[in-house]
Amino acid sequence: MTTPPTPNLSPTKISARDINVFYGQNQAITSVSLDIPAQSITAFIGPSGCGKSTFLRCFNRMNDVIPQCRVEGVIRMGDIDINDKSNDPVLIRARVGMVFQKPNPFPKSVFDNVIYGPSIHGMVTDKTHAAHIVEDSLKRAGLWNEVHNRLHDQATSLSGGQQQRLCIARAIAISPEVLLMDEPCSALDPIATSVIEELMHELQEKYTIIIVTHSMQQAARVSQNTAYFHLGHLIEFGDTKQIFTRPQHDQTEAYISGKIG
Amino acid sequence: MTSVGENRFQHIAKTLRRRHRQERRLKYAGCVAIILAAGFLLTMLTIITSNGITALKQAEMLVDITIPQAELLAEDGSIDLDKSRQFNWGGLVKRGFAAQFPEVTGLSQRRALTALVSENAGYELRLRVEADPALLSQSQFWVKTSDEVDVYLKGRIDRSLPEDLRPIKNVQFNWLDILEGDGRIRQAFNTSFFTAADSREPESAGILGAVVGSGLALMVTVILALPLAVMSAIYLEYFARPGVITDLIEVNINNLAAVPSIVFGLLGLAVFLNFFDLPRSAPLVGGMVLALMTLPTIIIATRVSIRAVPHSLRDAALGLGASPMQAALDHVLPLALPGILTGTIIGLAQALGETAPLIMIGMVAFIVDVPASITDPATALPVQIFIWSDSAERAFYERASLAIMVLLLFLISMNLLAVILRQKFEKKWQ
Repeated sequence: MTTPPTPNLSPTKISARDINVFYGQNQAITSVSLDIPAQSITAFIGPSGCGKSTFLRCFNRMNDVIPQCRVEGVIRMGDIDINDKSNDPVLIRARVGMVFQKPNPFPKSVFDNVIYGPSIHGMVTDKTHAAHIVEDSLKRAGLWNEVHNRLHDQATSLSGGQQQRLCIARAIAISPEVLLMDEPCSALDPIATSVIEELMHELQEKYTIIIVTHSMQQAARVSQNTAYFHLGHLIEFGDTKQIFTRPQHDQTEAYISGKIG
Repeated sequence: MTSVGENRFQHIAKTLRRRHRQERRLKYAGCVAIILAAGFLLTMLTIITSNGITALKQAEMLVDITIPQAELLAEDGSIDLDKSRQFNWGGLVKRGFAAQFPEVTGLSQRRALTALVSENAGYELRLRVEADPALLSQSQFWVKTSDEVDVYLKGRIDRSLPEDLRPIKNVQFNWLDILEGDGRIRQAFNTSFFTAADSREPESAGILGAVVGSGLALMVTVILALPLAVMSAIYLEYFARPGVITDLIEVNINNLAAVPSIVFGLLGLAVFLNFFDLPRSAPLVGGMVLALMTLPTIIIATRVSIRAVPHSLRDAALGLGASPMQAALDHVLPLALPGILTGTIIGLAQALGETAPLIMIGMVAFIVDVPASITDPATALPVQIFIWSDSAERAFYERASLAIMVLLLFLISMNLLAVILRQKFEKKWQ
């Protein structure tokens, strides 16, 4: 077992040990171990195909959906092992929420989108409670002011940036402990992107956030810790400032200075 | 620009002309193909319509009939149905008609004369009078002519043919001319075509029995095929582990879709009739056979429409902690529904037009009653067309054409329904 790098002093939320991911015969992630600090933003960066998204999807067992995909190793969160197949992925996903690359609201109303998660988990007691959850989630996602008078409009009629914030509201409506974000801004324009980045800063007080991003500037702006992946290996993990100013590895330096990627 | 560059440019310009020419040729070939196809379709529709449209009318003649009320009424003044059943209505009509030509004597002449009236005229008169006792005192009735007279009046029998080649003889022509001259012949709307079941007499034969038979069979088909097919498709899309068995099932579903329909009929005959001893000629068995036939069509349509729903929606639901079943039922199926409905309706339209398997399980029988339940003997619309087009009487020929028009009307409306449903329920996503 490799010794995991311990980047800072905040308590560990999730610790992954010796993670290997296979797609059929191909190995996508090779022996990665790292600790995700609580109540902070951790960024995964690296060139396309380096396995950062695959690794992110290990944290809420979304790789289960892909046939032929096999995940080995231990991912400990609190007292459970996320990767233990005897743990129901439904339970894990209620604790680890996810925001996807492309905004994917359900083709239903804004209200129905937000309330779907709480209602399937039996967290809604009555109508006023439902309205409260929706308002609270939309407020925390910074979307309330824009949509409070069109809660029953089709979610797909919102703009791209609004849709993505709606997806964030939908994810935090079930009060997860961890929020996974898989390139959440790659389909958005710069203004919508900056709105979401501000939002992430506010969410960080309550949630542990892991973000996969293609944009090194974004990683530098929003995250406290950054992990650099290359060809399925974790090359370097540490304080974001340090990674971007004094990288320890040549490969990391080559990537952040734009020589590869 | 250098000369080499100009040469290249000219060269491309030259080939461009050729490429455009090819494009035009392809366009014209496509146009010709469409015109040919449309022409064939139009020819077929024209022939069927021109043959069938005349079956909407049926010739009737006015006959003087005095109903002997005393022989029919019960003591309280209403019609005694038992007496009515035993009464010789056919003889009454024939006597009344013959009385209009007192000069006709002799058995064979009388027979030739009364042959102009429908064989069923008496029976139909009885039904009319029983339904409306006020008619008892009426002295003149419009009754149907025989099918041969009907065919002649529609101009389909050439009077110049030698007498022994025509179904209507010279003397009969004379009588008909007299009747026409007296204004005792008319063309009335052929109501019984839409309200009666099959009959030996073309003038009394209708499609209602066949339409109800088809309807009952299709009902059985929907009830059996739709849930089975949708559940199979959901299982295959969501729960089946990829492997040899799943592959085998998939290949066989595709094979099943290509099996000739008569094979399904044989299967129905061997399994449903001979082994399970289900009733012969019944819409129940017809529907079961058609369900087997429709099953692969609906399964394939359902799987295609499930797959057409973006994966991102399923991921979104799963990411929120929905179980795979919740993701399927709450998000994927509602969006796949228009596709499933369209596939189902198209499968049913196919089943509606199917003849061969129904013949195998005995739905080709001659049945004069409208079926009341799925276990009653019945025919189906396409089988009725088959039976009529196989009959010798000329009048059945136009009725077969009219039945084809009705069948086409059903098929077109089903396909239209599929289009409307698809447009109505198609929700937009991303």
